[in-house]
Amino acid sequence: MLELRGVQAGYGRIQALREVSLSVGAGEIVTLIGANGAGKSTTLMTICGVVAAQAGEILFEGESLRGLSPDAIVGRGIVQVPEGRRIFPRMSVRENLEMGAYLRRDPAGIRRDLEYVMKLFPILAERRHQPGGTLSGGEQQMLAISRALLARPKLLLLDEPSLGLAPLVIRQIFTIIRRINAEGTTVFLVEQNANQALKLAHRGYVLENGRTVLNDTAEKLLGNEEVKSAYLGI
Amino acid sequence: MVYGIIQLINFAHGEIYMLGAFIALIVAGALTIYGFSGWAILLLAGLVAAVYAAAYGYTLEKIAYRPLRTAPRLSPLISAIGKSLFLQNYVMLAQTPDFLPFPTLIPEFAFMEPVAHIIGSAEVVILLTSAVLMTGLTVLIKYTRIGKAMRATQQDMAMARLVGIDVDRVISFTFVVGSVLAAVGGVLVGSYLGQINFAIGFMAGIKAFTAAVLGGIGSIPGAVLGGLVLGLTEALAAGYVSSAYEDVFAFGVLVLILILRPSGLLGRAIREKV
Repeated sequence: MLELRGVQAGYGRIQALREVSLSVGAGEIVTLIGANGAGKSTTLMTICGVVAAQAGEILFEGESLRGLSPDAIVGRGIVQVPEGRRIFPRMSVRENLEMGAYLRRDPAGIRRDLEYVMKLFPILAERRHQPGGTLSGGEQQMLAISRALLARPKLLLLDEPSLGLAPLVIRQIFTIIRRINAEGTTVFLVEQNANQALKLAHRGYVLENGRTVLNDTAEKLLGNEEVKSAYLGI
Repeated sequence: MVYGIIQLINFAHGEIYMLGAFIALIVAGALTIYGFSGWAILLLAGLVAAVYAAAYGYTLEKIAYRPLRTAPRLSPLISAIGKSLFLQNYVMLAQTPDFLPFPTLIPEFAFMEPVAHIIGSAEVVILLTSAVLMTGLTVLIKYTRIGKAMRATQQDMAMARLVGIDVDRVISFTFVVGSVLAAVGGVLVGSYLGQINFAIGFMAGIKAFTAAVLGGIGSIPGAVLGGLVLGLTEALAAGYVSSAYEDVFAFGVLVLILILRPSGLLGRAIREKV
């Protein structure tokens, strides 16, 4: 579904991605793990067209995404939940959700999806008139995921959904991610919390200094000695 | 409004206001020759001015701001001042450096006769127009798709891109709306005061910005309140102290507000959780 081949990207003179190659198949949960500063978020931003790729190929459903604007890429069905949730702080929960559906033109479908995410996260229904900025971190993460779902993504990109959340909330979020995947959305998950991520994912890639250095099934990565010592702290 | 979205003082806003007045003057002159009546002239001249201003706003954004979108904040500010100076001098050379008489486009209503010593027809028309435009703007920003996109862009431009908003288009649209409103203001005030020249936009732009800051950036009721406070301050200062000092008092109020309540009278600062 999504394929990156030898992608290079960076900010100004700083090259963040040196050689990223990976693929995500339809229906999978694939995770990209790596240390702080390895280029995980940059990888997602490059896929979304916010950061321009300098070399390499990014293919989605067989077509190149390079040079497309971020809104065109959302239109293709790739939606990102960025690091730090990025809720619109002075818009209500409901308006935040509506912004997720910005490119859609089917009011009936949007209404159905609104009801769907409010069932997924009942707290959002309760707080729908509250400004997004007043929610707790966990609630904001739920809102951010829901907002992305409102775009009806084919491929959902998640950047550090567990960041700064209580263990109980993390478990809840990961359960929901599994459910979203089971209902047919492909998930590409970037995490520092490698243990959690690999338990959830089918396959994983390890990113080091802007290069994808390892890839295997999640199970094997969990058993891999290098991964264990470097990312799992075992 | 533009400031709210791209955190940039559009110094050329006042010049759009001035251009609106000039275009209306030209159109009104032509229509008078063809023998149109008062209301038709006002409406047509206002319309043409608004369309022209929209085109100017759009073009200015495109050539003077968009290339600087990722530049340090000082660069677009300088570009804005440059545009403002350019437009002033352009109109001065193309038209005249002198004050031009502006026809009274707003007719006197007969039914206003009994209260004419308190409030004139022109004032009523200006008040009503402002109220209508402001209500329209509020509805636009609060309820429409583009309005919501404007707010989203204002609150988090990067995230707005990620939900699929074409941020450049939203910013262009903001400039167009702002310019139309400025032009309408220019036409109404020009008609009310009866004279215009190339420099009227400068003070108007700064005063408008002051009013917006007073009331709270991004809040429409705030801008109205800020305008009232500013206007009353000026009038009282002119009446009780000296008209030479009215600007001193106006900007003094601005300084006080910035010290005591930086978010403005009606501006609210919701604390954002990270």
